[in-house]
Amino acid sequence: MRRDAANAQCAHRRGLAVRYRLARREFTLDVDFALPSSGVTGLFGPSGSGKTTLLRCLAGLEPAAVGRFVCDARVIDDTATKRRLPPAQRGIGIVFQEPRLFAHLDVEQNLRYGEKRRQRDAFVAFAELVELLDIAPLLARRASALSGGEAQRVAIARALMSAPRLLLLDEPLASLDRRRREAILPFLEKLHARLPIPMIYVTHRLDEILRLADTLLVLDAGSRIAGGRLDDVLADAAASGLGSANVGVVLEGTAGAADGEHGMTPVATPAGVLWVTGRYAMKTPLRLVVRANDVSISLAPLVATSIQNSLPAQVVSLDEEAGATVRLALDAAGHKILARITRRAAARLGVKPGMPVYAHIKSVAVRRHRLAGVVERYGADPS
Amino acid sequence: MSDLGPLLLSLKLAGLTTAILLFAATPLAWWLAHTRSRLKAPVQALVALPIVLPPTVLGFYFLVFLSPNSTLGGLWVEASGSSLTFSFTGLVLASIVYSLPFAVQPLLSAFAALGRREYEAAQTLGASRLDAFVSVVLPLALPGFLGAAVLSFAHTLGEFGVVLMVGGNLPGETRTVSIAIYDHVESLDYAAAHTLSLILLAASFTVLLALFACQRPRPARV
Repeated sequence: MRRDAANAQCAHRRGLAVRYRLARREFTLDVDFALPSSGVTGLFGPSGSGKTTLLRCLAGLEPAAVGRFVCDARVIDDTATKRRLPPAQRGIGIVFQEPRLFAHLDVEQNLRYGEKRRQRDAFVAFAELVELLDIAPLLARRASALSGGEAQRVAIARALMSAPRLLLLDEPLASLDRRRREAILPFLEKLHARLPIPMIYVTHRLDEILRLADTLLVLDAGSRIAGGRLDDVLADAAASGLGSANVGVVLEGTAGAADGEHGMTPVATPAGVLWVTGRYAMKTPLRLVVRANDVSISLAPLVATSIQNSLPAQVVSLDEEAGATVRLALDAAGHKILARITRRAAARLGVKPGMPVYAHIKSVAVRRHRLAGVVERYGADPS
Repeated sequence: MSDLGPLLLSLKLAGLTTAILLFAATPLAWWLAHTRSRLKAPVQALVALPIVLPPTVLGFYFLVFLSPNSTLGGLWVEASGSSLTFSFTGLVLASIVYSLPFAVQPLLSAFAALGRREYEAAQTLGASRLDAFVSVVLPLALPGFLGAAVLSFAHTLGEFGVVLMVGGNLPGETRTVSIAIYDHVESLDYAAAHTLSLILLAASFTVLLALFACQRPRPARV
């Protein structure tokens, strides 16, 4: 009976509820937010905004933090009732900025360390994890003999071997150069697709957020300044602290038959078909991010142009921005697209709400959505 | 050989003192390495005191505080029926304090160099604090433990002033090697003094050699 009641409460309290306050010399972390208990939450903000401190609070590594942390109706931390689970009992895995492998153990022993001490059954087998992160060739190596990228992959696998209920990743790629970062991102995307647990991913790089996150939380000077679903936050990126250059929309779509010869794939989205670079198998679910800066408009269809993606649309609204630009909200087949054009161009074209236009999309960021596989980088398509 | 007694007694004293110190100094050094308490500086000064204090001063205070007339010494006599001064137990107590800095300092350096990174990581992987310390910090700080053991052993082996003040010169109870050497010199038995001194010299050199050989540079950690 009691159990049923508890479960009923669980059902409407699924997710993470977090409230923490901790004074630091440079800032005071003061946050109060809720997150869904699945998918990847991107924790974004400039350095010194409290991202790492927040993760350390969640992991139980900041004894001075005051607040309350509930994870799927399980109270992990509550200053008011003096309940505070030690890090070992929280069931929260964390991958730090530096790998923090145990140098006296080899790679396999590092992985087994968490396995021996875990409090619940594994949700991913050792062999599968080793395969997923491609660490089979490293297993017998000493932890101190790995390169930065290898060590970070082992650190991720080690955290997962302890079967955490929540995985925290604190800029795991920050210490790597661009090439190594590009090499690890696909692994993270695979994990995202494969793992049943929520992740919070800290980064100050927006491209990583666009590729990995479903939800976004933006911190500045220790406070939450924006949060919500990725497309909502992105649509208002200027106010969310992501920078006005990143204002955009997210389109979910499915790959059509690829043009193998030219290395491009058409993607059917609610707003229309968009061609993206890269070859994808038919029906692959993909997420496209279209930034307002990459969208221009014309009143008539362009015939002789290198731009591959043009969608008929209707102007919904015009927003004057600081500087010489206006932001247009367009309706393409019932779906919102944002475009940024100069005020002068808007005036010369006589743009006003209700006007039919053509939206020309110069570049698209693509992410393979919820499926294992390779992923394209954020880049311009050859227009 | 009549000097075997003092040699064995010295080894026993140094061994026991070292064993106790490794247990006692570890939490102290860990606390010193990580605390932000205002008590840190006074505690550190207190621990280091035996380095600068003349052993006779230390020995004098021990004599005063451990004697059967003092509170502590009196309680001990009541409980055990024997005196702390001029006894092996008293010597062990005095040696622990006398050699404390030589156990704390290498451990403190090792803990400070290691930091809390791996310790924290172990806890987030499900290890209790004690488990994390034993399974991760201890092996990673092993050179520090080796250094602490060797230095406190050697330092206790060579103590003279404190032993003389607290223990006197009772064969089999408080007559350690250094006291025996002093005795031999006093009675102009240079041959016996040479034998003991050479043994100590060789033993000390071997131990230090082993210590430094163990501390060869390791491959850089990534």
